[in-house]
Amino acid sequence: MTALRGLAILLLLQATGEALARALALTMPGPVIGLLLLLPALQWPLLRAPVAAITELLLGHLSLLFVPVAVGAVTQLGLLSRYGVQLLVVITLSTWIGIAVTALALRLLLKGHDD
Amino acid sequence: MTDVVQLWVYLSTTPLFGLTATLVVYLLVHAAHERLGRPTWANPVLWSVLVLGSLLLATRTPYPRYFAGAQFVHVLLGPAVVALAWPLWQRRAELRRRGVALLLASLIGGTAAAASAVALGWAFGLPDEVLRSLAPKSVTAPVAMGIAERLGGVPALTAVLTAVTGMVGALSARALLNTLRIHDWPVRGFALGTASHGIGAARALQVHADAGAYAGLALGLQAILASLLMPLVFRWWA
Repeated sequence: MTALRGLAILLLLQATGEALARALALTMPGPVIGLLLLLPALQWPLLRAPVAAITELLLGHLSLLFVPVAVGAVTQLGLLSRYGVQLLVVITLSTWIGIAVTALALRLLLKGHDD
Repeated sequence: MTDVVQLWVYLSTTPLFGLTATLVVYLLVHAAHERLGRPTWANPVLWSVLVLGSLLLATRTPYPRYFAGAQFVHVLLGPAVVALAWPLWQRRAELRRRGVALLLASLIGGTAAAASAVALGWAFGLPDEVLRSLAPKSVTAPVAMGIAERLGGVPALTAVLTAVTGMVGALSARALLNTLRIHDWPVRGFALGTASHGIGAARALQVHADAGAYAGLALGLQAILASLLMPLVFRWWA
């Protein structure tokens, strides 16, 4: 029951997020707006137990949730077989760049911050 | 024999097929992943996609027919993204203490990952829609797919590229960060979470609790920043 109440809370916030995105022509996806709305709302203790319960379930199996769309890759086999090698090289290099730049930047920023 | 064929024809046209196949294949792949000791190469998303994709191709099931059932799993992505607020809330003390540094690092690192991907992809002559699908690949998959849609990319392609990005980061981060002589656990975790989202965060959590916590934080910040900024940048660029 607690988890179900949590799901209702998340769906309400997502719906609010979608509505705001439409109404204000925001570029942010509705669920991310819902996330930003939920963050301050968690100050309210009444929300915490239900949200914690449903979060454990949803985030514990987050991988399952994006399988249906990822299977859509079967509709992109032409692209994947044609550019597969290039994509793998691009992904590998850019991921290394991302990790290295983030780590070096954060180390520098924390050095100034924590001292 | 014809009865079996007819039964299959019947079942494969109901939404029951897509939903059941998704859950059963995921659970089997997940169990295998656990039994093998959770190696990164056995990533459940990638293998679920390989098995289900092969199944669709072998049975000549059109993707929309599969999705008619699988969409009941898919709709839960929205609330799951909203739920990312919970881990951020739990680490609000860290956020308050080091928020500015973390936000800046997330912004710089996320930009480096996305910009280098688009630039390298462009240099390799990848078509425009592939570049647009590639840009958000360091963001957690559900948000990355939403961003790709807004950029004019292909969400399904983004989902696959995102999973591969996560695996590359999880497999190579240790060697890369050791080479750079970065030994601080929070910094290592944050870098992995920024560039390799949930798959990276799961790996970070296996190695060290602090690294895992900061990777989770990085994943949430990256989702917020990327969905805010990427559509704006692309609108200006395109």
